[in-house]
Order: sequence, then C-alpha cells, then structure tokens
Amino acid sequence: MPEIGFAPEMRRRPPRFSNRRGFWTLTVKEIRRFWSVLGQTVTAPVVTAMLYLLVFAHVLGGRSSAYPGVSYIAFLVPGLMMMSILQNAFANTSSSLTQSKIMGNLVFLLMAPVSPLEFFGAYVIAALLRALLVGLAYWVATWPFVHLLPAAPLMLMSMFLLAGASLAVLGLIAGIVASKFDHLAAFQNFFIMPLTFLSGVFFSVHSLPGIWSQVARFDPFFYMIDGFRYGFIGAGDAPIGISLAWAAGFFIAVSAVCLWLLRRGYRLRM
Amino acid sequence: MSPDSYASSAPALEIHGLRKRYGTVQALDGISFAIARGEYFGLLGPNGAGKSTLINAIAGLVRSDTGSIRVLGHDHLREYRQARRLIGVVPQELVFDPFFSVEEVLRIQAGYYGCGPEAGLWIEQLIERLELGGKRAASMRTLSGGQKRRVMLAQALVHRPAVVILDEPTAGVDVELRRTLWSFTRELHAQGITVVLTTHYLEEAQALCSRIAIVDHGRVRVIESTEQLLARHPFRFLRLKLADGAQLPEALQALVMSRVNDTMELKLERGKHPIGGVFAVLKSAGVAIEDVATREPTLEDIFIELTGGERA
Repeated sequence: MPEIGFAPEMRRRPPRFSNRRGFWTLTVKEIRRFWSVLGQTVTAPVVTAMLYLLVFAHVLGGRSSAYPGVSYIAFLVPGLMMMSILQNAFANTSSSLTQSKIMGNLVFLLMAPVSPLEFFGAYVIAALLRALLVGLAYWVATWPFVHLLPAAPLMLMSMFLLAGASLAVLGLIAGIVASKFDHLAAFQNFFIMPLTFLSGVFFSVHSLPGIWSQVARFDPFFYMIDGFRYGFIGAGDAPIGISLAWAAGFFIAVSAVCLWLLRRGYRLRM
Repeated sequence: MSPDSYASSAPALEIHGLRKRYGTVQALDGISFAIARGEYFGLLGPNGAGKSTLINAIAGLVRSDTGSIRVLGHDHLREYRQARRLIGVVPQELVFDPFFSVEEVLRIQAGYYGCGPEAGLWIEQLIERLELGGKRAASMRTLSGGQKRRVMLAQALVHRPAVVILDEPTAGVDVELRRTLWSFTRELHAQGITVVLTTHYLEEAQALCSRIAIVDHGRVRVIESTEQLLARHPFRFLRLKLADGAQLPEALQALVMSRVNDTMELKLERGKHPIGGVFAVLKSAGVAIEDVATREPTLEDIFIELTGGERA
C-alpha cells in the first residue's frame, strides 16, 4: 500500500503531550488579530481614558487624594490606566472568541490537536499584550499632566499580570458562554464596566459611606486597582500583600473555571 | 504491544456504540462500524439522519453521550492529539477567518497541527493544485464561494492527514469545481489516503465510493460495498414509448412505475418479469413500440427503498 499519513519530512511531530508550535501559532494569530486594527484596539481606549482624565481632573482636581503628598491626578491616572487594562484584556479574549464562534471558523482550531491549556494560554498572552500596549500608551499620553514613575515596579508588574490575566480569562469565559454579541455586551455593560468603574478608580474607598466601604473589601476589582496604584505611588487603601493575594486568588479561581469549561467543551463542542 | 504498533494495524476509523441526544432528538442511536485503511467510503442519509453529527463527533466538535471512536487505533478522547493529527475534516458550512489571506490561513492551520516551515512546499502544492495561485495573498472575505470551499479543503489537508472526511463538499458548487474536487479526492485516495464522503448527490457516491453506509434516524441502516448495494435491488427498469394511440395491455399495467407524457417506465423483477416476456405481451396485443430503453437501478432507487422515500 502506498504511504499514508504524514510525509517523511512532517513526521517530526511535536511530542504527544504538548504542541508548542500550535500554541505559538495561536498566540501570534491572536496578536495579529488585534494588531491589524490598532486604532480600534489600542488608540480608542486610550482616547476614552484621556477624556475621563480631562473631565474628572477638571471637576475634582481641587480634591485631595487621601494620600499625603499625592495629587488627585497622580491618584487618578493609575486607576484609569488599570481600568483600561482590565476592560481591554476582557474585550480582547471575549470579542475574538465570540466572533470566531459566531462566524464558525473556530472549528478549525477545535479540530486541531491544541490542548485546553494551550488554547487558554495563547488567548491570555495575546490579551495581556494588548492590555500592556493600552497601559503604556496611556502612560505616555498622560505624561504631560503628571510625571508618574513606578514606586514599586515589581508590584506594579505583578498586579498588571494578575489583574490583566484575570480579566482576559473572564473574557474567555464570557466568550465561551455567549452565543451572540448581545450576551457579551450584557456581560461587559452590567458586570465588567460597573465593577471596574466603581472599584476605587476615581476615589479612595475610605471616602465611601459605612456599608459601601465594607462591601468594597469583598470586591476583587478594588484590590486589583488599589494594588496597581500602589505600584505607582507606593501607597494604597489595602496592604499590598492583601491586594496581591486577592488578585492571585481571583486569577486562580477564574482560571480553574475557564479550564474546566474548555476541558468539557462547554458550548464549544456541542 | 506499543500504541504505535497497535495503531499500525488498526482500521482507519472504528466507531462503536455512538449515541448522542439533543433534547428529545436522538441524533445518533448506537452507531457502530469500521472503515478500513485506504477505503473511499460514502456516508449517505436523508437530512437530519445524523451524518453531520457523526462527522462532528469524529472531528471532536461534538461530544457523544456514549460510545467510542478510534482513528488508526487512537482513541479520539484519551489520545486526542494523535487522533486529531491523523484526521482532516472539511466542514459542511462555508466558514472562514476574514482577518487573514489564503496563504496565511493555511500556514496558521498547519501551525495548529505542529507543522512549521517544512509544510511550506506542501502548502504551495495545495495552492497550485486547487487553483488558488492567483488568490494566495487575497483576503478570505474577497473570495467567491467556490474558492472558499477550495481553501477549506486545503485547510483539511495541510497537515497531511491519513483520513480525510468531506462533509458535503460539492453542495452548491458549480460543475467545474465539482469535477476538480472529484479528481482531487481520487488522487488523494490513489495515494493511500482514506476518504470519507457525505453527499446528497447519489451518483457522486456511486461513482466515487467503494463502500457505502446509509444512515437514517441516527442508525446505520445498511453498510455494503457499492456493488453489493446495487445488486441487492432485484429490479431493473424498462422505458417504453408506444406508438400514437396505442394503449398498454392490461397485463402490464401493474408494472408501470412512472408515466411522463406518452413515455412510461416499468419496474421489472429479475427472474419474474423477463424483458422478452414484456415484448411478447405487447406483440400479442398488437401494440406498436416507438422507442425502448432499459435502465439498471441506481443508488437513488435503493436509497429511496431503504429510507422510505426521503431524499439523501
């Protein structure tokens, strides 16, 4: 019988337990997807965050930041930066997955020997890169208003990675569950947007009245924003260790849920 | 025995006790069969018979409730990497990624399967063979339906699978592309690739497939070689056009299967209704014949008989 299957030059297949080339192919493909529309995926969110900065800095510029020696703008910019990072990490994975599902081309990936972990990792890395670009672009754009340099760079990077990855994973979960863009918009407008907006971006939670100040203590988004701000100004509402623990715990929890959904093929493999 | 040596002697596809229910619909109801290496296998059935569910289960796009699928000996769940690497599936729906060009789509697909630069030559051959040379840099969204379908075929072959599954590849394509697809799949088959085809064109299955399974209501109704399947029909057909004003004798009326204008088709049972006997009756009744033709049963006749009249 003539030779069937792989040609000799293609027999050097990846090991049985990993598909590194498949993983990198998917990662690069996801990066190219947002890279081809940078105006929409990076510039637009930076412009939106700048508008928030201009309005709130104008209206509340006279307020104190609750931290001695820290101006309100220096308090506001890291919060807005983190809000943009979180929203864009979420948007990247959720929109890419939902679009592939709705257009039907996700089947080409689902039929390939790519594991749930490789699938997960590729989408999250691409989303983190977009979030990083948004954060850096925003930092550069706000430089004329406030010269912010990281007070605790390691903490800043850790909080970026944990928080950005958590939202990228939440985006994956939303993309898995959503069967149309309406579902995604609902998730974004009624869950991601309010939580990122109301978790201490514009104010210190110490300034919240009684019960709300306590409620914020159970909001992981609050710790993400507070911990990220600590990375820039060296001070926060919560101890940095607690913020890191919350961010890490949240990342582990959402990743466990996401990987479980991917392994089951929930709403992907019908 | 190592998994590889087991795999080397295993059938191309082994499906055992596959069941899948969607709500109240039993899409697959205990499907079991095997496809040998190097077969050109046809999977036929009316709409909703479960063909696509079965193919999607083999491709890993549907999780069956029970049952198992082995691809060249590799379980499609426990050894999904090996199993998926050995299969290439052309989906029925026309789906594509609008962000990339034809060549990029093929390189990405090869990458998913762990193939790197060494796949370049094969990708080039696929592009040329499927007449996509002028479109390699074109965005997928600018291609015609037929061109998109050819890219989908190339995507299924980009990792050089041992088993190629085509889910209605010729649905809605023009005659020229249909012929290209036919000759290309024949070429693959001649190279030892196992080809599994579902189609609504029964003459296509009859011309291409060496063995055929007919699926209906989630079950395999029959699985036989194409010759056996055709031979199991005990009839042949006689088409008669009588001279103007002539009437068919009463004795032959019961054999008439269809009538179009003044031409009628008689269904004759082998052994019981010899063609000579029909002519003898016509002669003795003095009926003049203007034209006559015989027709052997086609797959469609057998299909209609087996599935109770539903189209493939």
